Amino acid sequence: MTRRHDFVLFFDVTNGNPNGDPDAGNLPRLDPETNHGLVSDVAIKRKIRNYVALARPEAPGHEIYMRDGATLNLEHKRAWTAVLPEVTKDEDRKRLPRDAEKSRELTRWMCANFWDIRAFGAVMTTGVNAGQVRGPVQITFATSVEPVLPLEVSITRLAATTEKDAEEKGGRTMGRKHIVPYGLYRTHGFVSAPLASHPAKGTGFSEADLELLFEALGSMFEHDRSAARGEMATRKLVVFRHAGALGNAQAHTLFDRVTARRHHQGETHPIGDPRTDNWPAARRFQDYAIAVDRGGLPDGVEVIER
Amino acid sequence: MSYGIRLHVWGPRAFFTRPEMKVERVSYDVMTPSAARGILEAIHWKPALRWVVDRIHVLRPIRFQSFRRNEVSARASAATAERAMRAGTTQGLGLVAEEVRQQRATTLLVDVAYVIEAHFEMTPRAGVEDTPAKHAAMFNRRAASGQCFHCPCLGTWEFAADFALIPEGAPLPESKLLPGQRDQDLGWMLYDIDHDAGAASRFFRARLENGVVDVRACLAQGSTA
Repeated sequence: MTRRHDFVLFFDVTNGNPNGDPDAGNLPRLDPETNHGLVSDVAIKRKIRNYVALARPEAPGHEIYMRDGATLNLEHKRAWTAVLPEVTKDEDRKRLPRDAEKSRELTRWMCANFWDIRAFGAVMTTGVNAGQVRGPVQITFATSVEPVLPLEVSITRLAATTEKDAEEKGGRTMGRKHIVPYGLYRTHGFVSAPLASHPAKGTGFSEADLELLFEALGSMFEHDRSAARGEMATRKLVVFRHAGALGNAQAHTLFDRVTARRHHQGETHPIGDPRTDNWPAARRFQDYAIAVDRGGLPDGVEVIER
Repeated sequence: MSYGIRLHVWGPRAFFTRPEMKVERVSYDVMTPSAARGILEAIHWKPALRWVVDRIHVLRPIRFQSFRRNEVSARASAATAERAMRAGTTQGLGLVAEEVRQQRATTLLVDVAYVIEAHFEMTPRAGVEDTPAKHAAMFNRRAASGQCFHCPCLGTWEFAADFALIPEGAPLPESKLLPGQRDQDLGWMLYDIDHDAGAASRFFRARLENGVVDVRACLAQGSTA
């Protein structure tokens, strides 16, 4: 991969919890100062990994290292066995081989086999050492474009788990769900071409891997249905493809070209505009309009909408 | 001969970890010289040169937020490894991500902006073609046009940094740092990690004076390895 890419991803949630906050009893994450909803970078990367594992189950080089229930050190051991079959003692595997070439070989083997290490990098310096790599794909926190309103929904169950509950509560228990009625979230991502293809630092992340990343961003929520999530969907992916490896424009000036605005009965205004003060709260994607300003694009920057 | 540069960096969130609070991670109040150097290296770096951070201007109020995430603590214990060795099998040696689940909080900075003032020095690895003027021009060209080797970050990877070069002679962006925060002792802070000396951490006594950490002046007052 020889070209830098920056992207903006919009996804939305309807009556669901896109990312629970462990500090707040699993309430949807909120920026406490602005009430905008948040989704952590790692939550998004988890879904990308899950999608790739589903979409390319048997494809060589598309294993997922950080699986749910994965056994990390067994994977490291496979690298050692493939590259350095003569080293059999675990003690000897704790430190990288003194020979820099051998340790690069270990890292390369891990990159070649695991899609997520190629994309996101990995610290493989756990008990059995297989080196450390930085991946080209960088994803930031997602923030909702407007403040969201988390709701607490009490639910009942007509059965009890324990006998004690059954006796005391007549076999009925109550639970709680936290949902966001509607939220449109926006996140930014970066794919560094040098970290993909640099002879020493690159992970070997290819154009085909990039295509799979974009495919995953588009479809990851289609395979992540659960009682907690409600309805989530990717709504728009805007990719800025630079002609050069180092890029042809500042990322923030490109991102500023992508705007989400409020839309209601044929009128469209910027978010927070006083003319929208009396509008009902957004409850569906059609209450927003996403626009990409393609006017006067810097030379060498191509916009791909998908 | 001065090839000083000034780079404006900003972002919605930042995290400059305090090494003494790594489990429930807490950020320093301001960017460390080490993080500033990393940002410059993300834009342009060669083994021929070494970035030296001179001053860090803090442009926005210092504010914190807490964020807790699910992580893993994937480390095998030596005792388990030894047992597995004696048994001659790797069964049970590995770590299952779901079993080593950790929830760890990050106390991060929100809505930050800084100006990094820095210069570079040539290292012994510089060749004849590595003139300071060439590298200064390369950095300035890349920073002005938004080019970078990889996207720079504000402390950690998920907090991407936006950046803009402040050309020579151009005024600094306006500082919105609160009056009560402009002058303060920030205590002992990480200066940088010396990779030539076995990754030794070097600390210095950071002072914010009129919204600026003058790294050189602080270092002159003493540092510790």
